[in-house]
Amino acid sequence: MFRLKIVPDTASFDFLRYMPAATALSGLMVAASVLLFALVGLNLGIDIKGGILIEARSGQKADIAALRADLGRLNLGDMSIQSFGLENDVLIRVQRQQGDERAQMQAIEGITAALGNSYEVRRTEFVGPTVGAELAQNGILAVCCALAAIMFYIWFRFEWQFSVAALLALTHDVLTTIGLFSLTGFEFNLATLAAILTIAGYSINDTVVVFDRVRETLRKYKSWQQTRILNKALNETLSRTVMTSVTTALALIAIAVFGGAVLRDFALAMLWGVGIGTYSSVFIAVGIISRFDLKRSDDEDNAVPVPEYER
Amino acid sequence: MLKFETWKKALVLFVTGFGIVYAVPNLLPDNPEQTSPPSFIPGQTINLGLDLQGGSHLLLRADMDAVITERLNGIAEQLRLSLRAEKLRFRDLRAQQDLVSFSLRDEKDIPKLSIVTNDFSSDFNVATEGLKTTVSFTESGLQALADQTIEQSIEIIRRRLDPDGTKEPVIQRQGRERILVQLPGVDDPERIKRLLGKTARLTFQLVDMRTTAEDARRTGRVPPGSVLLDSTQEGQPGYVVERRVMVSGELLENATAAFDQNNRPSVNFQLNAEGGRRFGRATGENIGRPFAIILDGKVVSAPVIQAQIFASGQITGNFTTEETRELALILRAGALPAPLVVLEERSVGPGLGADSIAAGEIAAVVGLVLVIGYMVLSYGLFGIFADAALLINIVLIIGALSALQATLTLPGIAGIVLTMGMAVDANVLIFERIREELRGGRRIAQAIDAGYQRALSTIIDSNLTTLFAALFLFIFGSGPVKGFAVTLSLGILTSMFTALMVTRYFIVVWANLRRPRTLNL
Repeated sequence: MFRLKIVPDTASFDFLRYMPAATALSGLMVAASVLLFALVGLNLGIDIKGGILIEARSGQKADIAALRADLGRLNLGDMSIQSFGLENDVLIRVQRQQGDERAQMQAIEGITAALGNSYEVRRTEFVGPTVGAELAQNGILAVCCALAAIMFYIWFRFEWQFSVAALLALTHDVLTTIGLFSLTGFEFNLATLAAILTIAGYSINDTVVVFDRVRETLRKYKSWQQTRILNKALNETLSRTVMTSVTTALALIAIAVFGGAVLRDFALAMLWGVGIGTYSSVFIAVGIISRFDLKRSDDEDNAVPVPEYER
Repeated sequence: MLKFETWKKALVLFVTGFGIVYAVPNLLPDNPEQTSPPSFIPGQTINLGLDLQGGSHLLLRADMDAVITERLNGIAEQLRLSLRAEKLRFRDLRAQQDLVSFSLRDEKDIPKLSIVTNDFSSDFNVATEGLKTTVSFTESGLQALADQTIEQSIEIIRRRLDPDGTKEPVIQRQGRERILVQLPGVDDPERIKRLLGKTARLTFQLVDMRTTAEDARRTGRVPPGSVLLDSTQEGQPGYVVERRVMVSGELLENATAAFDQNNRPSVNFQLNAEGGRRFGRATGENIGRPFAIILDGKVVSAPVIQAQIFASGQITGNFTTEETRELALILRAGALPAPLVVLEERSVGPGLGADSIAAGEIAAVVGLVLVIGYMVLSYGLFGIFADAALLINIVLIIGALSALQATLTLPGIAGIVLTMGMAVDANVLIFERIREELRGGRRIAQAIDAGYQRALSTIIDSNLTTLFAALFLFIFGSGPVKGFAVTLSLGILTSMFTALMVTRYFIVVWANLRRPRTLNL
């Protein structure tokens, strides 16, 4: 019977040979990401920086030029009008207005009035400056707490070297994702923040699977060289790594293509995350622990259960 | 012979049955009134978030500064009266930003001051320094004022948005001076903001005939006891009106939209007994003089009193019929104790919500088909087992969402689709292990047992770490993000169950029935 096998059973790549190159590549990517973030910054969504977003649908093809002229007369400052999804739909983004929250409400009223009867307002989002700052603060707090909790869990379950490696791999994923958003100018909003946390979750999931196998192999082949053990663990989990990445990617592609414009950026960010998460588990996480001299004794409480027939 | 304990079988059947029972109401057509489902099926369906069913989410702040200023003005007036009653001479009595201050003219009066200041409750700080006295709110006084203001505001908001009590809005206090309003199924979000945008403080005050608004504007002087107010009509200079209030909105009993004798839209109002008595006395004494109808500090109109008016009257201005309907509604609901400021708004029209659900469903079905196909191609029969478990997993997520009455948002749908991709991970781990054990030369039953046992710790470790990320999303996330965290967490838990228990059940039943000699995995 036919079996789809992307990774052959006999896979035996020498992953550790590529570690120096991978380290250089990742170092470059992280440095570029930090630079991009510092120099270019992020295209922050209105839910973080505050502002107004209105999605409207016209009866026929939306005339963006005419709309721009109409709304320009309102003198609301920096405004972006773009078509969105179908050609009948437009997305209007307006910067935060001078003055207090009441000024923002007047701006919304002005826009809906200017849209008049030829457009149906499908979505209005407004975030005032105070709330936006709070939401962003909570998001950053969520990412930091999640990273800390994950690190402690891995420390508890494995040796400290694994915990350090996992944290560095995760930080690498988060930073390069931010770099990607800075490079592409995709909108960075609260949903993106959720995507980043999910990427962190997915990446750590992958890393833990590899680590588990490394620990097991370390105990099984005590006389082997560490490099050989790490390579064996990576090869043995490679098939699973690829399988899971592909199924997750398939689900994400479905969201990106069919899930509507609102979810598209989220799905694309996640797709990138699946790729970078898989890469970092192999090349960053294992790359880092390969530099340590790992403990090989059996910890009773953490031991892998021995199946009945082997006892 | 593979073993699968009876209690595990029972658990799988029980949990799956539970999931189906709770998931089924979501598939039934929407007619809860006509045919009640069999009593063993729980009635709850999934709560759709506002982004899916359409609706408005508003975070409001009650403008406490305005309330404090107003309260201090009231205190100043009260002090003026009681100082005069005690025959204490004073000067510079005024309400400032957050305190009221005055100075006595005569040192001899200082001992008598306590008669006046003793009236203040513990909500106030009274400080005397020489001749000067200041009165301000204490911290607990401010808190009490905020409590009272928010409580009243919530009540008034409810009456304005849901006069018939049928729309089930969520109106909650958040923090010290914030109110969260969530109203499902709104066609016109601007209307909600119009309804909440007015405090609807209605007063009737006599127009001061000693001067005109033009003169007052030019000279900047207004006769004592009067005040210059703007008109709601553009280009009108405004009115100079007496500060004394004849009748105010609290005394309204009813208000309805109507038309006046010229067929212009108007609001008819009805005063209660107390209001009628006061209005009758005031209008009786001032026949031939105009009085101003003032709404939120602006003069709507200033008709001349033709005859004594008692309980009922009519407000006309330049209204549209829509405006009179809304004005009548907010007058009936009562005045807000504080102006409300919108801090955050998310409104989704019903059309977009329906589109989002449709898009989410398509994405889910396509994602499901892709994953199912890929699993079958990769693992054959075992892939089918994993796919069946995946379907049960989805039923369990839907059932759990219904049972917990959690809210499903658009990102929540993304969470479900994402879980489908990740849910098979546990099975992939197990199957890959079984493959390895088979390659190592084990017999089938042993390989299956070993595969499950060895993958177990990996599955628990990897899923727990993902659960941490989801947990913090839930704690710190807001709105839609929270919905994503809920479905993701549920998906992790149910997928662990289906991968470890449900597929095992299938495989054990199959292996014991067929007794396969070879296993092509």
